[in-house]
Amino acid sequence: MSVIISGLLLGGTYALIAVGLTMQYGVSRIMNLANGENLVFACFVAFWLFTTFAINPILGIVLIVPLAFVLNWLIYTYAMRPLVDRAKNRGQLEVDSILATFGLLFILQGIMKLTFGGGYFNYNFLAVPVTIMDSNYGLNRIVAFIAAAVIAGALYLFLNHTRYGTAIRAVAVDPVSAGLVAIDVPRASAFAFALGGALTAASGALLSTFYTFNADMGIIFTMKALIIVIMGGVGDVRGAVLAALLLGLAETAVATFIDPGLTIAATYALFMLVLLFRPQGIFGKRPS
Amino acid sequence: MKRRTMIKTLAAATLAGVLMAGGAYAQEVIKLGASAPKSGPLAGGAEVSHWPAIKLWLHDVNARGGIDVGGKKMPVEVIEYDDRTSGEEAIKNIQRLATVDKVDFLVAPYATGLNLATAPLIAKYGYPQLAATAVTDGVDEFAKRWPNSFWLLGTSASFAESVADVLVKLRDKGAIGDKVAVVNVADAFGIELMNAGKPAMEAAGFEIVYETSYPLGQQDFAPIISAAQAAEPDAFVAFSYPGDTFGLSAQAKIANLDVGAFYVGVATAFPAYLGANGAAAEGVLGAGAVNPDAPGMAEWRARHKDVTGVDADYWASAMTYSSLQILEQAISKVGSLDKAAVTEAIKGGTFDTVLGEMTLDGNVNRKFWTVGQWQGGKFYGVASTGIGGEAEPVAKNGWE
Repeated sequence: MSVIISGLLLGGTYALIAVGLTMQYGVSRIMNLANGENLVFACFVAFWLFTTFAINPILGIVLIVPLAFVLNWLIYTYAMRPLVDRAKNRGQLEVDSILATFGLLFILQGIMKLTFGGGYFNYNFLAVPVTIMDSNYGLNRIVAFIAAAVIAGALYLFLNHTRYGTAIRAVAVDPVSAGLVAIDVPRASAFAFALGGALTAASGALLSTFYTFNADMGIIFTMKALIIVIMGGVGDVRGAVLAALLLGLAETAVATFIDPGLTIAATYALFMLVLLFRPQGIFGKRPS
Repeated sequence: MKRRTMIKTLAAATLAGVLMAGGAYAQEVIKLGASAPKSGPLAGGAEVSHWPAIKLWLHDVNARGGIDVGGKKMPVEVIEYDDRTSGEEAIKNIQRLATVDKVDFLVAPYATGLNLATAPLIAKYGYPQLAATAVTDGVDEFAKRWPNSFWLLGTSASFAESVADVLVKLRDKGAIGDKVAVVNVADAFGIELMNAGKPAMEAAGFEIVYETSYPLGQQDFAPIISAAQAAEPDAFVAFSYPGDTFGLSAQAKIANLDVGAFYVGVATAFPAYLGANGAAAEGVLGAGAVNPDAPGMAEWRARHKDVTGVDADYWASAMTYSSLQILEQAISKVGSLDKAAVTEAIKGGTFDTVLGEMTLDGNVNRKFWTVGQWQGGKFYGVASTGIGGEAEPVAKNGWE
């Protein structure tokens, strides 16, 4: 039982890491390699707010999310839009955006190093045990899990039950046809990119309450997010959440019953299985 | 014709004068090259133990007017390069420092791997290499292979065997029983310590009730701590790196892991450990140590904070500083910047460092701290290889 709860909590964390990228890649078609840096940046901001102004990281999210939204909107408008306009097809946009965001990764990393240095950071917030069925779990992880559930739920409702959400899904399916039915595709793409960035930043703020982070850690999160996004089916929030939970459960089970050294192997084994048998992702539709 | 010759001679003389003046000017300053991580996985450790110690020493030595070289005070200047925690990059940096910047001496790189990666090249250029942040069992072999290299921080075997010794002491006091859970990070330092530590604990009559390794960069320690907890150990030992040291401790606190001894590896001696764990740090054992109550140590730590803005750790910070003190004293003794002569002086000498008197027997420092423990907000050495002044280890008493 404790394996299942630990696994779900870990999966919730992974879901947080991945939903932002799923928006950015699925709708805006930007394979954002700086996703992890975006997340670590939010960790640092949350850390700074907490240690300097004693602002509780959960409240800090209220500040961090709009800031990340605006920043990512600007990044999309000034750095990504020219690539989108130039690209002749989706493949070219992917290659260009990978190169551009690779550069962005180093810029963000450089800013963080300049400001905070290369050291390890962490702080204590809600690191109190909560007992569920005779086992203890960190309250900060539970809070992060609940927040992940709320964020994923809200995102799902927004995408499936609002007019603008439907427009965004239309852009995800086919940007050209979406333009034909009077959807402002560039604006929807920018919105999705900014929303994705804001979600990633929110998860960064939550993760900072229980992770030890430094300026170089972004790549770890990017890799995890990539695997989850591809497993879940590009641009599919439900798929990403399910894939994240599966990954969390698999890793915890392997670490408990087999060996903690094999968690990475388990991750990639799952990833390979999905690629072999459902290359379009768990919920992805076969390209027609 | 004559006139032309005269002009030429004059020009040559002027040029020579300028060159000589330039040469003489360059000799006013001692150039020291430093290559170590400012980014990459080891940057976190280097930012605590390596760079600030260099900064403090530079401040101290220049405040005295510089290093005394044959009666003349020569100020020191440091040229710093980031090796991005990569061996290849570190080698390029050393090459550049030696051939382009033409530095007079080097600060040894940070950590075992980078010191070993650069040792052949440093030996080729003939610089003394005072490795202050390397812990490896190969010290004697390496000292023989590269006679210009010096190994100050100790060997993995002593670090691991000391853990067993401290556990025996705690068992004798009735703080723990025989059951130990041991985990290690699957990387150089963690593996070496596990290989030496497990047999030492078994030889001391401990029963290993849980044992596992985990990959470098692991962030989720809930499964490890709960599996260890299920085995009901009396002591928990983790040969860990900084990230996992923090992660394991946080998880142990949340799970309220009930043990009489809790040991985690690298970074337990960092001030950030106390910062992150607060009262829960009390009684935690860790790799390396100093004696914070030794003469001059408190004053040195205060100056470290004052000059660099950050707290020194309770382990390698002081060793890095000491390595530079050794270099300085050797240069003064020789009275010149001759690398070979300075290397020889380091071999035979006894040096006065912030860690007390130090001699390098066969290029190796044989007296070093191996295990420390957080006691009342300070990290006290509880085991060493014969330094003296060890504190008594105490039982870990809960996580509040």
